[in-house]
Amino acid sequence: MLNLPIYLDNNATTPMDPRVLEAMLPFFIENFGNAASRNHAFGWKAEEAVDYAREQIAALINADSKEIIITSGATESNNLAIKGVFEMYADKGNHFITVETEHKAVLDTCKHLEKLGAEVTYLQAAEDGLITVEQVAAAIKPNTVLVTVMYANNEIGVIQPIKEITALCKSKGILFHTDATQAVGKIKVDVIADGIDLMSFTGHKMYGPKGVGVLYVRRKNPRVKVTAQMDGGGHERGMRSGTLNVPSIVGMGKACELCRLEMDADTSRLSKMRDRLEKELLTIEESYINGNIEHRLPHVSNMSFKYVEGEGLIMGVKNIAVSSGSACTSASLEPSYVLKALGLDDELAHSSLRFGLSKFTTDEEVDYAINHVKEAVEKLREMSPLWEMFKEGIDLKAIQWAEH
Amino acid sequence: MAYSEKVIDHYSNPRNIGTLDKSSKQVGTGLVGAPECGDVMRLQIEVDELTGIIKDAKFKTFGCGSAIASSSLATEWLKGKSVDDALKIDNMDIVEELALPPVKIHCSVLAEDAIKSAINDYRTKNGLSPIEDNKKHY
Repeated sequence: MLNLPIYLDNNATTPMDPRVLEAMLPFFIENFGNAASRNHAFGWKAEEAVDYAREQIAALINADSKEIIITSGATESNNLAIKGVFEMYADKGNHFITVETEHKAVLDTCKHLEKLGAEVTYLQAAEDGLITVEQVAAAIKPNTVLVTVMYANNEIGVIQPIKEITALCKSKGILFHTDATQAVGKIKVDVIADGIDLMSFTGHKMYGPKGVGVLYVRRKNPRVKVTAQMDGGGHERGMRSGTLNVPSIVGMGKACELCRLEMDADTSRLSKMRDRLEKELLTIEESYINGNIEHRLPHVSNMSFKYVEGEGLIMGVKNIAVSSGSACTSASLEPSYVLKALGLDDELAHSSLRFGLSKFTTDEEVDYAINHVKEAVEKLREMSPLWEMFKEGIDLKAIQWAEH
Repeated sequence: MAYSEKVIDHYSNPRNIGTLDKSSKQVGTGLVGAPECGDVMRLQIEVDELTGIIKDAKFKTFGCGSAIASSSLATEWLKGKSVDDALKIDNMDIVEELALPPVKIHCSVLAEDAIKSAINDYRTKNGLSPIEDNKKHY
């Protein structure tokens, strides 16, 4: 039996694994202690649980547990990394390099720093969503302190050439931060092999709880420090004060452990499922995959369907929960700046859907989604004057459209 | 966003989707909107040569549910009306009938524009001068 609507928006958030919840439950009422209480067993128990979770988290990314700074989520981690470097390394320089298709938590943080005197270069991604190490090299200046490039994109899932960029940064003595929110727990991310200095990720994209995230801060070669953005009791090696959210940290630890153990099996199953979804939807005329298909997360697909409008399409696929980006500016649907950055607004009229599968997605659900989308696109094209014109061979760009 | 029941009904069961022969002298065609704006409506009327009554109306719309519903409703209202009466259809009537929220009022405006544009096309084809639209929508 299918439960409708079907959740296929796992890049927004994932459901929690029941085993994660189970691990968390004792830390609400029974073991409620403050991990910073040094004088009694309540505190010790909480601290022990947090230490264990830190080990679980570190193991997933091949880090040392001392390098795990707990935050409230990836947005805070991104803020802490970028603003923290800006302040900590102010005497070294004030130039930052990032990419225009980054998440807003990175872009808006950079914009904020620009107001405080930072200089930021926003690299332009190619049509397939990727940047090259040559672009980074060309943007480096004597005062560059940080390069921040997301590991995998949240809208189209493309994976940036992280290793090449970190090798370059290392040779120039520049720090490298990555927002790895969509990648950690989904594909192998190894901070040593990848040469990452700072890395943000969060619990709720990997079957863990919301409201807890991590900033990985390298301690050796080089030893990295960031200035705290939250002052107080000096928790997390002085980089992030605030009483630790023990149940969520335990949950994050458990989620990381499960990902470490089960990720490979999940990945191979999900990539087959995703490929099947795409293959079927590509049988729809004038449908396209957005972003590079070779360097991409296994569970994500972003597809465009020409001559149907985004909001109309979302209304038509009401039995599946997906995210929609539109390159055109319909009244209430925000255009996707990521898709626009890839040059998709050059096309006159299309809308896109992002499908994000999870380890809980079933073949039956994918089958349903395929038929549901096919029907909706067909129905909307049946009533689309643009589709009719396209079929008659009329060039839409040659028409003088009336503004309204 | 919550759509009204009537919008959902028109979206799910649109009335009068289709295409009339735009080369016919009895057919007026209005094409309004722009793909970049996310709405394009094409509305057509077929006028009875003897009675001057709109005997058929068809539409095709690229747009959101409210735009589809506005044009679908417009075709329903147009059928059986004289051309002069059709000119009296006001966008606010559509807003009211479909319970459109403020952000969707432009859909009704577009439908009214499509009606006027179709009528003017018909008038021009039949040697009449187009009606000037003096109405301020905003």
